[in-house]
Amino acid sequence: MFDFISFIPRAIVQGIPLLLGSTGETLTEKSGNLNLGIPGIMYVGAISGGIGSFFYEQASLASGSFSPTVGILIPLVCCLIGSLLMGLLYCFLTVTLRANQNVTGLALTTFGVGFGNFFGGSLIKLSGSSLPSVILTATSNAFRRSLPAGSQGWFGKLFLSYGFLAYIAVIIALCAGWILHRTRTGLHLRAVGENPQTADAAGINVTRYKYYSTCIGSMIAGLGGLYYVMDYASGVWTNDAFGDRGWLAIALVIFTIWRPNVGVLASFLFGGLYILHMYIPSGMNLAVKELYKMIPYVVTIIVLVITSMRNKREDQPPASLGLPYFREER
Amino acid sequence: MNKKQQEPLFHIAKRGALPWTKTWAIRGGAVLLALIACALITTFVTGENPLQVYASIWNGSFGTSRKVWVLLQNVAMLLCVSLAVTPAFRMRFWNIGGEGQALIGGLAAAACMILLPGKLPNWAIILCMTLSSVLAGAIWAGIPAFFKAKWNTNETLFTLMMNYVATQLVAYYCVVWESPKGSGNIGIINPNTQLGWFPQIGSYKYLLNILIVAAVCLAMYVYLNYSKHGYEISVVGESERTARYVGIKVDRVIIRTMLLSGAVCGLAGLLLVGSTNHTLTPTIVDGRGFTAVMVSWLAKFNPVWMILTSFLLVFLQRGAGEIATNFGLNQSFGDILTGVILFFIIGSEFFINYRIIFRRKAVKEEGKPHV
Repeated sequence: MFDFISFIPRAIVQGIPLLLGSTGETLTEKSGNLNLGIPGIMYVGAISGGIGSFFYEQASLASGSFSPTVGILIPLVCCLIGSLLMGLLYCFLTVTLRANQNVTGLALTTFGVGFGNFFGGSLIKLSGSSLPSVILTATSNAFRRSLPAGSQGWFGKLFLSYGFLAYIAVIIALCAGWILHRTRTGLHLRAVGENPQTADAAGINVTRYKYYSTCIGSMIAGLGGLYYVMDYASGVWTNDAFGDRGWLAIALVIFTIWRPNVGVLASFLFGGLYILHMYIPSGMNLAVKELYKMIPYVVTIIVLVITSMRNKREDQPPASLGLPYFREER
Repeated sequence: MNKKQQEPLFHIAKRGALPWTKTWAIRGGAVLLALIACALITTFVTGENPLQVYASIWNGSFGTSRKVWVLLQNVAMLLCVSLAVTPAFRMRFWNIGGEGQALIGGLAAAACMILLPGKLPNWAIILCMTLSSVLAGAIWAGIPAFFKAKWNTNETLFTLMMNYVATQLVAYYCVVWESPKGSGNIGIINPNTQLGWFPQIGSYKYLLNILIVAAVCLAMYVYLNYSKHGYEISVVGESERTARYVGIKVDRVIIRTMLLSGAVCGLAGLLLVGSTNHTLTPTIVDGRGFTAVMVSWLAKFNPVWMILTSFLLVFLQRGAGEIATNFGLNQSFGDILTGVILFFIIGSEFFINYRIIFRRKAVKEEGKPHV
């Protein structure tokens, strides 16, 4: 019998970093910026939060004055600042200096992953732990605190057992969906992504929209990294543990055909697919598990192909995705 | 109506073609600035003398003759993948799936090495490896190309996803063919019989690779610059509409070019498995598929310049690795430095393509703002 009550919460917990990453990337892509630096940004977000909470824990636990509120706020702010800086760097290179977005994004990923692992390694050294990881239990407990009903009954387990960032992630995704499709700002943003020339002619400040959406997108994606460390991994930072989730978040953007509100359920589905291999009895055959891990990517490819085949206008990637905009160019 | 119109402090205009000396001077300047920035960062993190940092960068690549060979081998492999993705980039087809295409080529080669011994003589095994890995790479690249040509499916995202499918496929076979059992990796294939290993030229383990890649580089240069195919690729890249107008079958060019692109990637995988490592792991390509994008772009898709840019990147990576070892930092420090250097070079392209025109100090009579 397949154990749904234990499977679904784990799938959701897996899905939340992907949801945050993909919501951020969707906002970014809607402005025509294909930010392949998302995996790096998520790393930076995670480690910035980690660094913040590490020093706060060291300082406050020594004097016994750890306050959960401050313990949450410091990593949160550090994470937002770290990922904002990455977003600004990306914008400066691609929007102001009009560099190629693919190249910039990939360089950003190289940098971000290196940054995360390097400072992760330094923290491990600082903490003097014998294990290759940093453990931030106090902060993590603050992040993971769920509603009191969280452990009772199937309803509590399915809906109430998560840390506050998980609910924030869902709210952010729904808000992003609403802003994109129901407000004037969203309309302008989509116009910038579809056809910056027209948007410019209509008096929309293309540069400003690109900057705002990319930076806000990076900050949301950075939160995904923070959620992963503080909540999913219970405050344990191990180098390279985050893995390829950043790319999976980009895959999720395509899978949801650029709709953050669809992303809520889709990310849980991806989270489920990501851990499905642990739940499917494969006996001694470990090899098959590797094939299960392929499923999210294959599904994404199928969605990408089907949307391009159906050629429905509202399901297409933003028309100017990946192209720099230079007003004087025709 | 009292809003005063002001001419902005500066505006940006596109430059005409700069002479190549100037463009490379700008790029060289960017690299120099990047190196200074890197030294500052390293000094800040480690407290070491910056000159010592440069010395370690140099030592990382040229310290011993073994290090020089490793450097050249790495340059060759990176160059091979970069050459592979270049034809696609020239027609503005963003193939960032070099990683997966090379992996699948390596998988095909490893499959031949594992399954064929005992059935075929050594030369036939090597022939099979070559054919199958080139074919595998071509197919892996051909799938996104087909969908791009037929339904205009976004190629960047498609090729990106194909990387991970390839990685998992390799991970699967790594478990299937694991030896010894339970280790989860393949280990050196045919360590005793050396079946399917590429011959070694003299005592130089990596020379064959380097020669093969040099030949590919030359061939690619000729193909792109002096052949009809190369011309068609350029036209499609410049303007798809023009290409259609002059009677070039765009979808055929896309598929053909991507098959070629994938085939060369497959070759890179073959060299990695058959000639360098004699094993297969999911990380054997080591991010070269992504670095290749930068190498190719930095060289403006010119195969000859790519020798220089791939050398630069490998040199910096190995140098950064050396810094990490010497000063007791972890290896990821190299990635940070590589990232910083790339940001500088990426930023410098702006000054090659555009110029900044500052507002003139004295506003002439006819240029006066309207009131």
